[in-house]
Amino acid sequence: MSAGASYLPAGLPRPVPETDGLDQPYWEGTRARRLLVQRCRGCRGFQWGPEWICHRCLAPDPEWVEVPPRGRIYSWERAWHPVHPALRDHGPYIVVLVELPEAGAVRMVGNLLGDPAQEVPIGAAVEAVFEPHDDATPPFTLVQWRRTP
Amino acid sequence: MGAARSIRGRVAVAGIGETTYYKHGQAPRSEFALALEAILRACEDAGLDPRQVDGFASYSNDRNDPSRLAAALGLPELRFSNMQWGGGGGGGSAAVGNAAAAVAAGYADCVVVFRALAQGQFQRFGAAPPGGAVSGEAALTFPYGLISPAQRFAMRVMRFMHDHGVRPGAQRAIALASYHHAQANKRAVMHGRPLTAEAYDASRWIVEPFRLFDCCMENDGAAALVLVSAERARDLRRPPAYLLGVAQGSEYRNAARAHNAPTYASSSFTTVAPHLWEMAGLGPEDVHVVQSYENFTGGVLMSLVEHGFFAPEEANDFLTPENLIAPSGRLPLNTSGGNLAECYMHGLELQIEAVRQLRGESTSQVPGARVGLVISGPMVTPVSSMLVGTGDTL
Repeated sequence: MSAGASYLPAGLPRPVPETDGLDQPYWEGTRARRLLVQRCRGCRGFQWGPEWICHRCLAPDPEWVEVPPRGRIYSWERAWHPVHPALRDHGPYIVVLVELPEAGAVRMVGNLLGDPAQEVPIGAAVEAVFEPHDDATPPFTLVQWRRTP
Repeated sequence: MGAARSIRGRVAVAGIGETTYYKHGQAPRSEFALALEAILRACEDAGLDPRQVDGFASYSNDRNDPSRLAAALGLPELRFSNMQWGGGGGGGSAAVGNAAAAVAAGYADCVVVFRALAQGQFQRFGAAPPGGAVSGEAALTFPYGLISPAQRFAMRVMRFMHDHGVRPGAQRAIALASYHHAQANKRAVMHGRPLTAEAYDASRWIVEPFRLFDCCMENDGAAALVLVSAERARDLRRPPAYLLGVAQGSEYRNAARAHNAPTYASSSFTTVAPHLWEMAGLGPEDVHVVQSYENFTGGVLMSLVEHGFFAPEEANDFLTPENLIAPSGRLPLNTSGGNLAECYMHGLELQIEAVRQLRGESTSQVPGARVGLVISGPMVTPVSSMLVGTGDTL
């Protein structure tokens, strides 16, 4: 994606994987347009955000599995006040918390694409839109969301 | 009364001290000097020689190191130094509890709880921290413009309001109560700056569902409380404010990353508050006045629910300015003006106001107040809350 095609202006903090490698598979997955979360090898429970053990059965090293990139809006906010220099003069934008029913109802944070003034119904269906930032160092891909019929 | 293992009645706040409260960045002296000033005033209030202090407790990574304080104050010895984990104001009551536990256990005899902030000299909370790259939980939120505390908590409140049909007027009432009380309090940064419902409604959005007046100020200043054993407090010059209970923590997996807390629409008190009531042997019906940390008004709303003052579905009816204003309100709230309108002393001004109410010295006094509740730092983890009472509550 070229500059200017992202939902938010350039200059916001860049995500980098943790130095201990915990979330490396997630970030590598997004580069390949695949949505990965953790799943326990023992109890098969889904887990997000990432952790070194399963919080249910405490088994080590949950595996990374691809999950359907769709969900429903669990909560949302419309941010107006620019807390970062990159957001000055940008105007409002929408952050959504998306629940993934097909992945154990884990939740992910992203932006809701489209009109920043739109109404945001809690419970509405959304699908993931991968937003690559190929020119960043290192390159990364965000996971955004848009409403589906 | 109360739990078998309990702080109830064993330790008291013997002295309180504050600096002048300043607008953000306007403190004329260094943050460390402000901390010293508040501590000295608290000792003077208690009628204690500052050299009798032998311990310190604080929270939220306060920058003013107890060993330096002990050196500056010429303390004969330092016996207790304690930092409560966690950010925001969640540690305010916990720090008091930690200090009290040290006194009760015999680790120290006279412990100061303090907090000092001069953010003009450091980084603000409400602005993005410097640095171009983020990892861990921040990598999952900051690139989406979810950065500041207001942005971090807005979705919790949004979901709570959605689940329970809470209308904006409930948040507004909390803001109006704080501003109302600040008009009687000359220490308050917003003294002389009354807020009307119309001005609230016309104020700009910070992040929906929070308007400007739903959000705390950021200020410079320092506050301190001196804690000693109940026996010793009775021999000092001010009426003791006895600790009746303290609880801290948060519910199951509250800190699950990227907003995956199972009990998401919460102020983090669902498991904490029951411990507080059990320890004190009291319930919400026994409380005469509440000081509840306003990072954002929605957090106060959920805190009051989780402490049992009303059901979520009753929020619209309960949270009216009339109900929240001293002296006649059903539940006088934030009677000094709190974080919204007195000073954002990271909440420790609320503990001080709770003591003032028990002494009968508040500028918005609740007649006959004998039990006060302080709720610290909703929506962070760990959070904490505490109950204080006069001698006749023991």
